[in-house]
Amino acid sequence: MSAGRVSRWWHIFAPLAVGTAFLVLWEIVVRINGIPPYILPGPSAIAESLWTDGPSLFGSLLVTLRVTLAALAAAAILGGMIAVLFSLSRILELSLFPYAVILQVTPIVAIAPLIIIWVREPFLALLVCAWIVAFFPIVANTTVGLNSADRNLLALFRLYDASPVQVLRYLKLPTALPFFLTGLRISGGLALIGAVVAEFVAGTGGAETGLAFRILEAGYRLAIPRLFAALFLLSLTGIVIYLVLDGLSRVLLRPWHESALEEEEE
Amino acid sequence: MHGIGKRFRSGLTALEAIDLDIGKGEFLSLIGPSGCGKTTLLRIIAGLAEPSQGERRLLMAADTGGHISSGRVGFVFQDPTLMPWSTVIDNVLLPFRLAGRVGSAERERVRSEIRAVGLAGFERAYPRELSGGMRMRVSIARALVTDPDLLLLDEPFAALDEITRMALNDDLLRLWESRRTTVVFVTHSVFESVYLSTRIAIMATRPGRIAADLPIELPQPRERAQRTSPAYATICATVSEELARAMAERSN
Repeated sequence: MSAGRVSRWWHIFAPLAVGTAFLVLWEIVVRINGIPPYILPGPSAIAESLWTDGPSLFGSLLVTLRVTLAALAAAAILGGMIAVLFSLSRILELSLFPYAVILQVTPIVAIAPLIIIWVREPFLALLVCAWIVAFFPIVANTTVGLNSADRNLLALFRLYDASPVQVLRYLKLPTALPFFLTGLRISGGLALIGAVVAEFVAGTGGAETGLAFRILEAGYRLAIPRLFAALFLLSLTGIVIYLVLDGLSRVLLRPWHESALEEEEE
Repeated sequence: MHGIGKRFRSGLTALEAIDLDIGKGEFLSLIGPSGCGKTTLLRIIAGLAEPSQGERRLLMAADTGGHISSGRVGFVFQDPTLMPWSTVIDNVLLPFRLAGRVGSAERERVRSEIRAVGLAGFERAYPRELSGGMRMRVSIARALVTDPDLLLLDEPFAALDEITRMALNDDLLRLWESRRTTVVFVTHSVFESVYLSTRIAIMATRPGRIAADLPIELPQPRERAQRTSPAYATICATVSEELARAMAERSN
């Protein structure tokens, strides 16, 4: 397909061109109107701040990243396990799923202060906040996946006297894998948001300072270029997390799933 | 099978008083209009559905107390029903894996079955890399790999194009001729059923029942040339007539 061949190049070029144009326009607007940097710094001022504050911001980034990744891992493991339990027992699913939904729809900003009071250890408190936001997409997606096994394949497994464990291992888990990975990709971004929100609420609390707190702090001190630099790092982290999870998904599904098809196939 | 009946919870009577004796080594086709319960009947024979009344008895299973031990029945669905995440070899190996027997003997058996359906060289391919006809061959190999006493096929070739369908008809015939597995074949196609079967049961609808039971006396082994022979045409005409009569009964 010729459209596919054109698009591969455009995939990189088009967003890059838009981004560059936007930055140039931003710089021009800031310079022409003489907007002071404490209201809106130009991209060059932000880049400068990124250069000078980079090392210390990067240290904060690692703090936030640690919370995010730990929460994501906990969400993947516990979310996957809860989904498997749900698939094994319909009663369990019916009785617990509504509470998972409640946990999901209650804004994390509202419960974060409580969690920070209850959980004394700061790292753990942040972890719990990020986990609450991240685990639901994994549970919900994996549960759907486990329940979408092909009906004829289920009949075939029955014909060959498969045990429930065999049905789970050879049929339901492979069927659920793409769903689980979709959940994981959504949760990757959410875990980062959860960690940032929790840091906003928690402040430093005597612990190491994460990137979110650096944003707050920069805001108070009107160090707006540094605020933007921290924001930039945060977005970049979110993008990297997404790309890594997307790559993981492709590697795992490459041999068989439609979503991982290479373009030259058509 | 005697007096098999099936009533769905909706109150719909899908099958009524079906008597059907299937002889060992027979190639029996079930043919009838949509909704006559062919598939339901086939699932009852497989033990995938329970009849609401009547009994299903398989003589070959008599010694195991009526329970059909796994691997004695092979089933081919309308779709190939393969596991997309597994290679051809792993798909065909599935019955052994579920029985907890995956040794070198079983692997060799799987390989020879894949060769028997004409897919040598595609052992490591994934289902999405295969054509519709090839996927159906994998499905047939999987059904035959345990050397079942009874092979059940539910409109397996309905979704395939005419050329692929003819080729698979011939291959299925060769496989049957060399093993004499008892086959029950559900189809919509009169021509296909006459070409393949030793016997055709014509089903009528509402409630589903067997309207006619015809032995097909065409010389064995069947050759493609017979598809144009006058004898073949006559039998096709007879079956079509019976089918038309079975369908007309419904409207009365």
